[in-house]
Amino acid sequence: MHLNDQELELLRIIETNSRIETADLAKMTDLSEEDIQATLQKLEDMRIIVRYATLINWAKVDEYHGVTAMIDVKVTPKRGVGFDEVAQRIYRFKEVESVYLMSGAYDLSVIIEGRSMNEVAQFVSDKLSTLDSVISTTTHFILKKYKHDGTIFESTEKDKRIVVSP
Amino acid sequence: MIKTSYISKTVQELKPSGIRKFFDLAANMEGVISLGVGEPDFVTSWSVREAAINSLEIGHTSYTANAGMLELREEIAHYMKSRFHVSYDPEEEIIVTVGASQGIDIALRTILNPGEEIIVVEPCFVAYAPIVTMAGGVPVTVQALPENDFKIKAEQIEELITPKTKALFICSPNNPTGTQLGKSDLEAIAEVVMKHDLLVISDEIYAELVYDEGYTSFAAIDGMLERTILLNGFSKAFAMTGWRLGFVCAPKEISQAMLKVHQYAIMCAPTMAQYAALEALQHGMSDVEDMRSSYRRRRNYIVKSFNEIGLDCHKPGGAFYAFPSIKKTGLSSQEFAERLLLEEKVAVVPGDVFGESGEGHIRCSYASSMEQLQEAIKRISRFMERFN
Ligand SMILES: Cc1ncc(COP(=O)(O)O)c(C=O)c1O
Repeated sequence: MHLNDQELELLRIIETNSRIETADLAKMTDLSEEDIQATLQKLEDMRIIVRYATLINWAKVDEYHGVTAMIDVKVTPKRGVGFDEVAQRIYRFKEVESVYLMSGAYDLSVIIEGRSMNEVAQFVSDKLSTLDSVISTTTHFILKKYKHDGTIFESTEKDKRIVVSP
Repeated sequence: MIKTSYISKTVQELKPSGIRKFFDLAANMEGVISLGVGEPDFVTSWSVREAAINSLEIGHTSYTANAGMLELREEIAHYMKSRFHVSYDPEEEIIVTVGASQGIDIALRTILNPGEEIIVVEPCFVAYAPIVTMAGGVPVTVQALPENDFKIKAEQIEELITPKTKALFICSPNNPTGTQLGKSDLEAIAEVVMKHDLLVISDEIYAELVYDEGYTSFAAIDGMLERTILLNGFSKAFAMTGWRLGFVCAPKEISQAMLKVHQYAIMCAPTMAQYAALEALQHGMSDVEDMRSSYRRRRNYIVKSFNEIGLDCHKPGGAFYAFPSIKKTGLSSQEFAERLLLEEKVAVVPGDVFGESGEGHIRCSYASSMEQLQEAIKRISRFMERFN
C-alpha cells in the first residue's frame, strides 16, 4: 500500500510510543489534530496499524511464571493452499503468539506462550504434532529475553550528559 | 600564594564562559530537566563504538600521520564531495583535528598577525571570540538580529570592514539560534567577502542537521572554495562529542600552514577515534538520517509549544536549538534562566552568554527525549503564567 510522507512520519513516531497525545503529535508533524485523528483512523482501517501494544518485561514481575517457546515445524504443503491452510490451523490456537513461514531447514516458526513448560509441552504433543500436515517439531524454550521487538530489556541507559554544556 | 602575574594578560582578561556558571548552579540540583545541553542525546551508534573497540583489540595504539589517517581523509574527501559538492584533496587539503574546536584554534593561529581583526557573527558559539583573542587577533562582533530571524545581512558585515580585517567567522546552522543561511544569503555575503579580499572561516558542524531545505556549504558558493576554511566534525551529526574528532578543509597553501601549527601543538588526533570516524562515514549515514528526523519532530514540537505559551520563537532551520524571546516577561535572560531553574527546575542557557545580541532570549536544546520535552514545556508554561 502506498502511503504519503505524513502517514509514514506518523507511523514512525507512534511505533515507539503510541501514547503521545494527538495535540503533541500535531505539533511534531505540522498536521492539525483532526488530520491526525483521521489519518490514524485510516491506518487502523487499512490494518497498517494493527494494534497499540505495550511491551512489558514480565520477567521482572514475581507473580508471573510464564514461558515462551519457539518451535520449528516441518509440514507437508497442501495442493492449492500451500502452507496457508496449516498456518491458519496453527495460529488460531490462543497459545500461539506468532507464526512465520520460513526459508531453510524447516517451514513454520511458531512462538508459543504458556503458563508452564508442561503446558507448552502438552500443547506441542497434543495439538501441534498431531495435525495432519505436520511432519516434525523441534521445541526451543527461551531462557531469557535480552531484546524484544527492537527494545533492550535491561538497558539502564541514563542521560550521561552534563546538565549545561556549550 | 600564586601571583596573578604568572598568568598572561591575555588569559587574565578572558571572561569565563557564562555557561560554566549555569552548569555550577544546576549540577547539584535534583530532578532538573535540562534543555541546556549542547550535544546530541543519542549515544554513538554501536557499530561505531564497536569499530573503536576493535581498533584497540588489534593494537592500533600508535600515532597516525599528523593530518590524520590517509584512509580517513580520503573518506572525508568523498563525503564532502558527495554531500556538499566541495572537492578537497585528501593528501593536502584536509586535516583531522581534535574536534572542530581544535580546527578553530589552528585556523585562527595560522592566519592571524597580532592586532588583525576577525568579524564574528553573534550570537555564536561561546569559544569564537576568546580563541580569536588567544591567537592574538581582535574579534569584531556583528549582531544577527531577531527581526531577521537571526540571519546576518551582507551590509552589516561590510560596515565593519577595516584595513585590518582578515576574515569573517560564520556558523550555519548556528549555535545558539539554529538559524540556517540559505544559498542566496551566502551569495550576498560572499560578494562582500570577495570585494574586500577576506577569508571566511565557516563552521559547518551542524550541516547534517537541517530540516527544511538542503544544505549549502559556504565553500560551494562560486569563488569561495579558495578563500574558505571549512570546519566540520563528528560531534553533532554522528553523536560523537566525547570522541573529540573533527576536521578542517582549506586550500592547499592554508592547509599546509595549518598543518604546521597542528603538528607542533598536538601531533595528531586520537587513533581509536579516527577508526571510529571511519566507520561512521562508511556505514553511519542511515543513523544520521534517523537522528535527523527525530530532531525535526522535536523541533516542530518545541517551537510550536513555545509560541503557544507566549515565548515567541522563530522556526530554526537546523542544529538542535530553539532560541525563543523572553522579552515579554521583563526579565533579563540571566534572571529568567536563573528563576526558571530555581522555581521549576528546568535548565536553559541565557542568551547573553552567546553575545550581547542574544540578550532577551534563552537557548533551549531539544536534544532530549519527547517525554522530557513534554515535561519541560509543562513546567515552563506554569512559569510563564506568573507573568500574565
Ligand atoms: C558551533 C559549534 N562549533 C564547534 C563546536 C565544537 O565541536 P567539537 O565537539 O567538534 O569540538 C560546537 C559545540 O558545541 C558548536 O556548537
